[in-house]
Amino acid sequence: MGDLIGKSVKRVEDNRFIKGEGKYTDDFNMDNQTHAVYVRSPHAHANIKGVDTSKAEALDGVVKVFTGQDIADAGIVGSICGWQVDFKNGDTMKEPGHPIMVADKVRHVGDAVALVIAESKNIARDAAGLVEVNYEVLDAVVNPKEAAQDGAPLVHDDVPNNTIYDWELGNKEETDAAFEKAHHITELSYHNQKLVPNAIEPRAALGHFDSNEDKYTLYTTSQNPHLARLVIGAFVLSIPEHKLRVISPDVGGGFGSKIFVYNDECGVLWAAKQIGRPVKWTADRTEAFFTDCHGRDHVTDAKIALDKEGKIIGLRTKTYASLGAYLSNFSSCVPTYLHGTLMQGLYTTPAIHVDVTAVVTHTVPVDALRGAGRPEATYGIERLVETAAREIGMDPAEFRLKNFIPPFDGVKQPGYQTQVALQYDSGNYEGALKKALKNANYEKLKKDRDKARAEGKLLGIGFSTYIEACGIAPSAVVGSLGARVGLYDAASIRVHPTGKVTIYSGAHSHGQGHETTFSQIVADSFGIGMEDVNVVHGDTESVPFGMGTYGSRSLAVCGSAIMKSVDKVKEKGARIAAHKLECSPDDLEFANGSWTVKGTDKSVGFGDVALTAYVPHSYPENEEPGLDFASFYDPANFVFPFGAHICVVEVDKETGQVKIVRYVTVDDAGNIINPMIVDGQVHGGVAHGIGQALYEGAVYDDSGQLLNGSMLDYCMPRADNFPMFETDTTVTPCPHNPLGVKGIGEAGTIGSTPAVVNAVIDALSDYGVKDLQMPLTPQSVWAAMQS
Amino acid sequence: MEVSMTVNGTSYTHDVEPRTLLVTHLRENLRLTGTHVGCDTSSCGACTIIVDGETVKSCTLLAVQCEGAEIKTIEGMAENGKLHPIQESFREKHGLQCGFCTPGMILSSWQLLERNPNPSEDEIRHSLEGNFCRCTGYQNIVTAVQDAATKV
Repeated sequence: MGDLIGKSVKRVEDNRFIKGEGKYTDDFNMDNQTHAVYVRSPHAHANIKGVDTSKAEALDGVVKVFTGQDIADAGIVGSICGWQVDFKNGDTMKEPGHPIMVADKVRHVGDAVALVIAESKNIARDAAGLVEVNYEVLDAVVNPKEAAQDGAPLVHDDVPNNTIYDWELGNKEETDAAFEKAHHITELSYHNQKLVPNAIEPRAALGHFDSNEDKYTLYTTSQNPHLARLVIGAFVLSIPEHKLRVISPDVGGGFGSKIFVYNDECGVLWAAKQIGRPVKWTADRTEAFFTDCHGRDHVTDAKIALDKEGKIIGLRTKTYASLGAYLSNFSSCVPTYLHGTLMQGLYTTPAIHVDVTAVVTHTVPVDALRGAGRPEATYGIERLVETAAREIGMDPAEFRLKNFIPPFDGVKQPGYQTQVALQYDSGNYEGALKKALKNANYEKLKKDRDKARAEGKLLGIGFSTYIEACGIAPSAVVGSLGARVGLYDAASIRVHPTGKVTIYSGAHSHGQGHETTFSQIVADSFGIGMEDVNVVHGDTESVPFGMGTYGSRSLAVCGSAIMKSVDKVKEKGARIAAHKLECSPDDLEFANGSWTVKGTDKSVGFGDVALTAYVPHSYPENEEPGLDFASFYDPANFVFPFGAHICVVEVDKETGQVKIVRYVTVDDAGNIINPMIVDGQVHGGVAHGIGQALYEGAVYDDSGQLLNGSMLDYCMPRADNFPMFETDTTVTPCPHNPLGVKGIGEAGTIGSTPAVVNAVIDALSDYGVKDLQMPLTPQSVWAAMQS
Repeated sequence: MEVSMTVNGTSYTHDVEPRTLLVTHLRENLRLTGTHVGCDTSSCGACTIIVDGETVKSCTLLAVQCEGAEIKTIEGMAENGKLHPIQESFREKHGLQCGFCTPGMILSSWQLLERNPNPSEDEIRHSLEGNFCRCTGYQNIVTAVQDAATKV
């Protein structure tokens, strides 16, 4: 290896972005292009009694208006759910249909009813306003717990009690026994509120059908173009893979919301063939609020049991999870395999039982959002732990240290088998917390807090020590749990004749900096410069069949595929080098870009070998020309990043406004390739998690109207909401992948939410406030202080 | 309606629908796609540009309101192939991730440093509160502006 790995190399992708020369989906146009606008339901639940498109069709410049009936007549099913979760009794989960546009009934505000295609976007908008839909409005249900009750309005007639599945994990009897013998029990009820993803780039699609080649092309805002091709081709529109090209160019943030294959994009591609012209659609922000999959929306009752020494002996949760009106691609696995399986946290809790009822409601569909299930789990555990510590009069840090799983590296000590189906790979949880305590100067901090309190200021300190499962995922494991896809990744390395290298990555970069990080590992591996490597991603016509970017998996899974291809290049390169040096490949060692005969100064460079591979005049017998390898990597296990966050807040006595005074993080993502990028991921993640704690949340009224469906009404975190985050790391390598890496994209979000809420509760301890529901708006904090 | 304006030093005259927003005009008619649209309520700041020396959100103006205006967009920030120091600082300090908010952030930072060459951290954060970023937690954007302040 060279000296690039571990360095804060500046990002190569920035050159285009800082000049405004990034190319996002909406920046592309095609000859003879048309513009599409969807007509969407203003009601959460209504029967469609009639759709009149005649006025819209009569408008000059309108090309075509399609309705839900056209979709039904064409026999097209909509997007699918990619993960089957069974009921406790073994029945298969309910999977109500999700048509591209509905013909008979709307089930959430924003449900698509018609698609208007016109010569310009303005004309399409005008015409959309002329489509007359006659609705018979029905009662709606928006709360996940209420949805499961008898008599609640049904979202789908064939889903009794709106229940998609019920599910449990852990050992109920042992958990019951633990609570029976408990010395102390702490209980909390909380709502991980519904969040709107709000990637700053709205979703967009540009679809084209080439009748000469009988081939479709779709430019779209996707985190995983191959997954999009698979779902659209094989399930939604029945297009053979080789006749569908999906291009996901620069993408302006995803956070999970652009994993999913949405009906809207499918409709655009379908319409392009129907009218024989390219069709372009770009969501406006309001539309994004009503169609991008939301996150969270878990209503939970949770309990933790302690013995008389303050050791945790049991944990139990009951969650009602909303999946929204329809099942998005991975919606079913979020409340179960990404949530229930994380309930061990970092603690030795010997008995755990998790119970989940997943329901449909008359709201925007819910799926993975940065963290996806793990923030919901961590919020519960970390609030319970901190509350329990306070109730028994123990310092929250000391309580955690007492209950942590002891350090294990996964090599000399085995992985840690949890009570909830996972085997943690490696961890040093006390190491992270102790470093965070030191960095925060905790002893002084406590004195500062007490002094401030004495002066009448409401200062609070809150902790969160989290773990997450990412590097998703071992295909056989997730297959046995209901996943309907493999979750490996793929990467090719093409060494060109002059020794320059192109990496073709199945992972897609939309802010994560793959073009830099992947180049660093390959340049170092071959002893060449960063400038000698480039990365191609986002086009199914050129990149191998990888599963894309989500679940903090790119480096751990796609990076490992890259390393497999690196090894193949080196192996073949050694055979070519051995031929040139007239020795055996076993006599060679590779370092600093050259193969050298051990113990001699005889060597041949990487570029020389590459040239020989493509100009094979003097060449090993039976060796193929070329130096170009693809690899698939299916991980042996998940990876388990972890960390400790400490938050210090001050609450304004008069207004209830929460100000974050300090935020200290120690995250452990295994080996680090680029510390600058890791830091940036933590910053963004922490901000997102603070957003949930203090600012964000979809607000619905009883009729199912989203009351804050715009950026004016939905409180997005701003630059002046934060202090400088004080980040640091520990390094506990992953024992089962070639780079020893874990993942960092979601860590900040998972860790931060409970730390903030715990800090606010601490600040309000003199007021007897034990619990608050998120987001902790000034109004809610102030009201709690008054009661 | 006919509208003429100078954008990044080049004069343009177009016939536009009166309701055409300035940002739409820049993106669709001039094909200057570095100015982005992130919302429909003038909240996100991704469409921030400079009109007659002042930054504006280009979704808040009609193109026809800019008759005769001198406009600079992100594409005009680098001059003679040399990046503006603020652009350099955003790269140096990792002030961007997905890049979508970046043009607006860079131009809002330009306005701040025009008015206040030596801003405090609080002043930087306050002056960027009209620009949303979902990726960076704003930290390295603030650091980039601090760095740029030493160079501009």
